[in-house]
Amino acid sequence: MRKLIYLDNAATTAPAQEVITAMTSSLRESYFNPSSLYASGFAVRKQIEASRLMIRQMLRAEDLVFTSGGTEASNLAILGSLQNVRKFGRVLYSAVEHSAVAKTCESLSGQHEVLKVPVTEEGLIDLEALRPLLTPETLMICVMQVNNEVGAIQPLQEVISLRNSLCPDALLHVDGVQGFLHLPLAMTDGVDSYALSGHKIHGPKGIGALALGKRMRVKPMIFGGSQENSLRSGTENTPGIIGLTAAIEAYPKENTIRERKLAFYHLVKELIPDAMVNGPQPESPSACEHIINLSFPPVRAQTLMHALEGEGVMVSQGSACSSKKKTPSATLSAMNIAKARIESALRFSFSRYTSFEDVQFAAHALVKAYQTLRPYTHR
Amino acid sequence: MKKLLLVKYAEVHLKGQNRPFFLRLLTKNIKEAARPFGAGVRLHDSRILVSGYDDEEACVDAIRRVFGVHAVSPAVELDKADFDGLCVQAQAMMAHLEGSFKVIARRSDKLYPMDSPQIAAEVGGYVSSHTPKLTVDVHSPQHVLQVEIRDQALLYVENFPGNGGLPTGSSGKAMLLLSGGIDSPVAGYRIARRGVTLSAAYFHSFPYTGEPVKDKVLTLARLLSRYCGSLRVYVVPFTEIQQSIHQQCPDDYTTLIMRRNMMRIAEKLAQKEKALALITGESIGQVASQTLEALSCTDAVVSMPVFRPLIGTDKLEIIQEAVRIGTYETSVLPYEDCCTVFTPRHPVTHPKLKQAEYAERPLLEENLLEQMIQRAVDGVEIIDVRP
Repeated sequence: MRKLIYLDNAATTAPAQEVITAMTSSLRESYFNPSSLYASGFAVRKQIEASRLMIRQMLRAEDLVFTSGGTEASNLAILGSLQNVRKFGRVLYSAVEHSAVAKTCESLSGQHEVLKVPVTEEGLIDLEALRPLLTPETLMICVMQVNNEVGAIQPLQEVISLRNSLCPDALLHVDGVQGFLHLPLAMTDGVDSYALSGHKIHGPKGIGALALGKRMRVKPMIFGGSQENSLRSGTENTPGIIGLTAAIEAYPKENTIRERKLAFYHLVKELIPDAMVNGPQPESPSACEHIINLSFPPVRAQTLMHALEGEGVMVSQGSACSSKKKTPSATLSAMNIAKARIESALRFSFSRYTSFEDVQFAAHALVKAYQTLRPYTHR
Repeated sequence: MKKLLLVKYAEVHLKGQNRPFFLRLLTKNIKEAARPFGAGVRLHDSRILVSGYDDEEACVDAIRRVFGVHAVSPAVELDKADFDGLCVQAQAMMAHLEGSFKVIARRSDKLYPMDSPQIAAEVGGYVSSHTPKLTVDVHSPQHVLQVEIRDQALLYVENFPGNGGLPTGSSGKAMLLLSGGIDSPVAGYRIARRGVTLSAAYFHSFPYTGEPVKDKVLTLARLLSRYCGSLRVYVVPFTEIQQSIHQQCPDDYTTLIMRRNMMRIAEKLAQKEKALALITGESIGQVASQTLEALSCTDAVVSMPVFRPLIGTDKLEIIQEAVRIGTYETSVLPYEDCCTVFTPRHPVTHPKLKQAEYAERPLLEENLLEQMIQRAVDGVEIIDVRP
């Protein structure tokens, strides 16, 4: 069988062997309800609490709520903290936020003034545009750690200092789904809530968490048996939590992801000089280690994607344009990128399992596909 | 007492000496449709009876879809000698109804002690005296209870209309040009309804169109197969031809030339399948390639008859029919069709055959087109689709 090369690790990742082993054992042997009072149930409870403590300490968080994933975590942070605020205020989110954050913020537009903060051409939040928006009325600012489409690392430290000097009471929610484990983060630096997801770090789908800082108060959105300190009812997803923990523990401190990404970029750029980078330049400190977004005008991204698929290379369209509506990617549009360039944008995302051979093969497949398709473009 | 389904057939009635052939075919197709429900089907005394099903509603639905079926009635079969029992059963079947009713009786057993009007009067009298919410109206009743006296007695009230038409397999075979759109499944349905067995050709332009589009077309074929039985889909690799057209032919003629080549390939596949005609979902003037001039240019490349059952219909009518036969929702699934690369900005709307042929000339050099068509035909992927 032909080898498949998976370069869509920003969409999801292959579960690590350690995760599969830990989860299988949890499903087989530790299926007891953690709320049960007999010893077997209590042992599961202890496992969950140990996981919670480990992640909390790692992020230097005050508390941690396990959720069904990154989307639920961001929903809980935004809705859970703002639904108790009676007074009219301002909610800010960067123009490149994932829809889990953007749409949740927009849902509050009846109660609060919800504003989108522009970004630079590199996809970084525009600090000069942010500054005047940070007034005492500001209740919350949502800025992601790493953008999912172009891999831009957001200047969180700068956002925090601006917030601290202009509106110290405003809460900062960080969507860390693409940043968790790729970049260090300490909540004590000024982050009030942080959302993470299991399946982006070689863990299972269906598990995520919301880390809470000292001053963050959230109200639950799901009611029931009062699990997770009443913040998220429903029997705990024990195998998910065990899988998430195993994924974190198995994640190597040193890895070669950035090298692979750069090798890929250089190979492609050498053979396709017309390729354009969307987002920060790959070598720049603002570029994350695992995502690169490239445009290959005039070839359409979807065609190129299918051609790569034909070679066994799986990548994703930079644009979320999956329908006939042809709405171009919100992220790339916010970065003021021309429509034709957006329509030819592909996202390549790497993992610690990506080998140099994979990268070489993918780059050559890409070049071959590009050269084949280049002559057939809309006149 | 036994529950069964009484299947009434449509046009097959009008057949003369051929009728047994049509009836056998219809029975066979009904058997096929009823098989998932574990039902047995028998043709008896010019009636098709289905019994032993596990899910009546689903079984009725499946049988109603079979072409050649006029209507399906859930019925009860019981001993005709026990006339009192028959009356009690009739009343039980009418008990939940309100309004007016009448009883129609029919007997093929002429030795039965009562004649049809007597049976109707007796049963009607019993039902009306035991069901206070029902009154008799013999002219325009809301409900009709039918009583048939044959080897056994059959009683039925409900009548679910079928799709009509002729049994699939009774009228030869045709090749449908199936795209992922709204029209072609409806066109296929209309021709299949006349007893024609379908095969389908789908033109796949990987990487311009991906797996989701192919899957969508196969889903449409499967939806069609609920009516016309299993069908064979030919997935034709079409990229090479499209690219060559795009490179070598004048822009405004590319769509037309593409259609001409689809027809050529479809005809070759049809010959392989021993199909006698092609079916397309075209309707006059819907798009540039469907004007009369364009249609005559596409027809010019094939010698087989091309059936276009939607030729005189409006888009809205086609949509309504697609909704009715259940293909609409799949047809409108939003998978981007990257063939837009090959769509000219200004396609010719009133092409002349001579010009189309001239525009196509670069492809004809050194038998290039012939070879590409042969490669496409040789490279087809065959997928058999079942309901």
